[in-house]
Amino acid sequence: MSLHPTSEAPVTRAVLIGIALLFLGFFLLLPLLAVFSEALKMGLGPFLDAIHTPDALAAIRLTLVIAAIAVPLNVVFGLAASWAITKFQFPGKALLITLIDLPFSVSPVVSGLIFVLLFGANGLFGAWLAQHDLKIIFAVPGIVLATVFITFPFVARELIPLMMEQGKDDEEAAISLGASGWQTFWHVTLPNIRWGLLYGVLLCNARAMGEFGAVSVVSGHIRGETNTMPLHVEILYNEYDFVGAFAVASLLALLALVTLVAKTVLEWRFGLHAGARH
Amino acid sequence: MIHLRGITKRFGNYPALHGIDLDVAPGEFIALLGPSGSGKTTLLRIIAGLEFQDSGSVLLGGEDVSSTPVADRHVGFVFQHYALFRHMTVADNVAFGLSVRRGKARPSKAARHARAEELLRLVQLEGLGSRYPGQLSGGQRQRVALARALAIEPRLLLLDEPFGALDAKVRKDLRRWLRDLHKQMGLTSIFVTHDQEEALELADRVVVMNQGRIEQIGAPDAVYMNPETPFVSHFVGETNRIPGAGGEIHFRPHEITLAPDGAEAVLVDNVFRKGAVWRVEGLLQGGGQFVELDLTAQQAAPGLGETIRFNARRSRIFNADGDQKKGVQP
Ligand SMILES: Nc1ncnc2c1ncn2[C@@H]1O[C@H](COP(=O)(O)OP(=O)(O)OP(=O)(O)O)[C@@H](O)[C@H]1O
Ligand SMILES: [Mg+2]
Repeated sequence: MSLHPTSEAPVTRAVLIGIALLFLGFFLLLPLLAVFSEALKMGLGPFLDAIHTPDALAAIRLTLVIAAIAVPLNVVFGLAASWAITKFQFPGKALLITLIDLPFSVSPVVSGLIFVLLFGANGLFGAWLAQHDLKIIFAVPGIVLATVFITFPFVARELIPLMMEQGKDDEEAAISLGASGWQTFWHVTLPNIRWGLLYGVLLCNARAMGEFGAVSVVSGHIRGETNTMPLHVEILYNEYDFVGAFAVASLLALLALVTLVAKTVLEWRFGLHAGARH
Repeated sequence: MIHLRGITKRFGNYPALHGIDLDVAPGEFIALLGPSGSGKTTLLRIIAGLEFQDSGSVLLGGEDVSSTPVADRHVGFVFQHYALFRHMTVADNVAFGLSVRRGKARPSKAARHARAEELLRLVQLEGLGSRYPGQLSGGQRQRVALARALAIEPRLLLLDEPFGALDAKVRKDLRRWLRDLHKQMGLTSIFVTHDQEEALELADRVVVMNQGRIEQIGAPDAVYMNPETPFVSHFVGETNRIPGAGGEIHFRPHEITLAPDGAEAVLVDNVFRKGAVWRVEGLLQGGGQFVELDLTAQQAAPGLGETIRFNARRSRIFNADGDQKKGVQP
């Protein structure tokens, strides 16, 4: 082995690092700073006022509600799917793995349109829903559906590789010692995957709160009712209310930053954990 | 104690076991020995209830448990890679089987703790109860896994390559220790290994498996001295195979006597000391087969390039169908 892990000239290294940093600064750091500086351009007062409007508060509330429904649903789905895929053999397993990735490969707008086609006034179930006075599209249930669809890969994709790597020895050991399925899940599986699960939940949550495309198609943009934070930002921006738009946007950006920090902390713990394994 | 009747198992189209019959008496220490892929683990898992046979039945202590799930079979299973719960202390690992019991069967926390301590003493890990598995050596982890399996007072102990992941020295120490523990606790145990030395040293009886079938069941001495099939002869111990009248002649390196008028001749191309004997390697004159011979080290070692003549003192002949014709035992 040579003394240096890579043998590039120092110049090459400097150039590569420089490009990476410039790129990051231009595409990530600068916009983030712009969001906050625009939001606070007129000072803290107008910033707080902009967030305190009834419409903004309604959007924040709706976003929290949507995330509070979509994230737990996808935790349950993600756990069930990764458990099934990693611990059992069954026909259609490959198909399930492929399907889990579908929301990542389909444009969010198309995802939203699928729900309009299914539940919209002229959709497949549209007539039946109208008969029973149920509203899905242009209402909160539609937003929940679209968000659940968009965010369902996050938890499953985090857990499947982790559970594959861990195999099923621990679970088999537990049941051979007399544990029930539930005891095994609670005392053995869950502790084994907790950091990965938490990481998946974070990513899922960030996306659930930030999703624009799919939600925009099904929401109907009714102020104070079906506007989530990202939709509200767009409306304010289109109305030239820059302070308002950037104030709400800065809340979303803040969420991203918190997620990033939490993710880093988790990775650090994760790394520590994995290192201590064997 | 255990009666297996006509156990078969397929994985998709692949037949992993073809009609296994096996009887194990209480207190026996049984080794399942065979090459990789011969179905040892599959059979052990079927006995445990971690896998289910396609046909045939499993009887434990007179009770038909063919479709009883593992949790109700009351067997201890020790995994090759320990499968310790890494987020629990060693003591909690050992007490796991007691703490998941329900209702009145569940001992108090103090009782569970006392039992864990007692078992840790038994496996010579006293005082390590508050550590985590990650803080133990491989041999220590395997002993924790054993203590954990013993905590439920299993009627049968099943071990899948218990020493497979350990280095040679630790293996040897643990082997003897396991043998003693088995005796001392009056256990009935079955362990899987592909290490013939381990099987011959530990087991009361050895079950030699090949391609999903049992080739031979017998005491270590019998399996070594009187292999019944060419596979066993070749797989257990070192065997020379040379063509002869009526089939292939099998003999161990030590089953020979040197004689100036011996029937076979070998051109010596390697000689080295192997413990108490000279190991002589060379090609058989006439057939060109590679043979290994052991000569007592009191006599002078033959020189390289020398031709030595010998007779097989004891041998077995297998015909083309693998049937044993007769033993030449003068
Ligand atoms: N879950 C499974 N799915 C498909 N095939 C399997 C499965 N488990 C075992 N097999 C196959 O069955 C055969 C017997 O496997 P088994 O694990 O019992 O062998 P083994 O004797 O324990 O081998 P080793 O010494 O390598 O552990 C192998 O060919 C293996 O590929
Ligand atoms: Mg095996």
